[in-house]
Amino acid sequence: MDLTNLIWPVGSLSVMGIVFGAALAYASQKFEVAVDNRVEAIDAILPQANCGACGYPGCASYAEAVVGGEVVSLCSVGGAPVTAKIAKIMGVDNVDEAKRMVAKVKCMGGNNCIDDAVYEGLEGCLAKTFVAGGPKSCKYGCLGDGDCVDVCEFDALHINELGVAQVDPDNCVGCTLCVAACPKHLIEMVPDSCRVHVLCKNEELGGHVKKNCSVACIGCKLCEKACKFDAIHVIDNLARIDYDKCTNCMACVKVCPTKAIEGILPQKKVLDAVESA
Amino acid sequence: MENAGLMTIIISAILVNNFTMSRFLGICPFIGMSKKVETALGMGLAVTFVMSMASTFTYFANKYLLIPHNMGYLKTVMFILIIASLVQFVEIVLKKILPSLYQALGVFLPLITTNCAVLGVTLMNEQFGFNLIKSVVHATAAALGFTLAIVLFAFIREGMETNDIPEPFHGFPIALITASLISFAFLGFSGMV
Repeated sequence: MDLTNLIWPVGSLSVMGIVFGAALAYASQKFEVAVDNRVEAIDAILPQANCGACGYPGCASYAEAVVGGEVVSLCSVGGAPVTAKIAKIMGVDNVDEAKRMVAKVKCMGGNNCIDDAVYEGLEGCLAKTFVAGGPKSCKYGCLGDGDCVDVCEFDALHINELGVAQVDPDNCVGCTLCVAACPKHLIEMVPDSCRVHVLCKNEELGGHVKKNCSVACIGCKLCEKACKFDAIHVIDNLARIDYDKCTNCMACVKVCPTKAIEGILPQKKVLDAVESA
Repeated sequence: MENAGLMTIIISAILVNNFTMSRFLGICPFIGMSKKVETALGMGLAVTFVMSMASTFTYFANKYLLIPHNMGYLKTVMFILIIASLVQFVEIVLKKILPSLYQALGVFLPLITTNCAVLGVTLMNEQFGFNLIKSVVHATAAALGFTLAIVLFAFIREGMETNDIPEPFHGFPIALITASLISFAFLGFSGMV
């Protein structure tokens, strides 16, 4: 075998390899995207849940946004410890410490609410919603099939004894996955510090609502009159709380004729502890 | 195939000998990138771009390097070298110019490097004895066929999200069954060209 036969194959492949390598090296210089090493450092701190609660598609994009000037406290999954670490990397004071936001299912219907029809078919809230809004007489109410329970990755949602989904605020990290999953748009993000919530979303007129559900907001405005802080207003036949103004005084809870306003007494846990001691 | 008209080549590559559904090339991105129509379309466009570029470059490499020097046995190695470099280049440029598309394609962009559809189209161009125009037309049509298949598949998979699928078939099993059924549909075109 003549060795000169090897010159072209070996030579051409080598030259091509070198030329392409050089071209790629040049291109990577020319088209270089400046990656701040703080981005990687912040990405390493973030919990990698990639839940999107911060408003960015994933942890990596939030890390980039933080370096680009976004506030450091948006990661609700990581909470305060992660925020503190990011603040340290970015060299900023953790001034605007976000209020902890948790999900709240705004319905107590379940067994309190009568059914219009018997549903047979695919399980799941979404499937039920497609069929005339589901079997419940209240078209705003929780269907209790747990689409939100399925998407929750933190074991914070369960169907309670009434047959409606309920958030366990201790486990909730505020990732908002359930908010997007609820076909009835019943789940809202509320400040964890706020103890008073209107657990109804029905905007129909009071009389009609009352026929269907015993715990619905009928828009009677008693709460509006009882509130000394201008924090609760009936808009479109539904009481709505302004969480910035609410002081957890429970005045509205006491006057609500249908008990549609939930007031979790903050001292309840303390009392239980005292009683059990 | 050498004397086939352009229209024949296009129809053949898109429908009759669809790369994914009849030749079973490029299955990896077909399954991996078809969860959302948006990313499927992005992947299809990336493949279209890479395939038409690759067929141009490999045509010249074949004509002016491999054939004159009797190195036909090197074509697989050399084509892979060309395609790999090309994909790397596209990746670098895309990262700079279209970061959103770069993020959407993610890890699958480097996978085009070893995508058998891209290597397959270049080898087939050589095998069928296509000239430059026919090579590029064949590659583009083949990539459009790939895009068609992956986008159709993505539409069906998006639709399956709310379907009541028996537990054992969740995820990939039902995807593979769906793919086989689409493949059957494409079988209907066989014999046309």
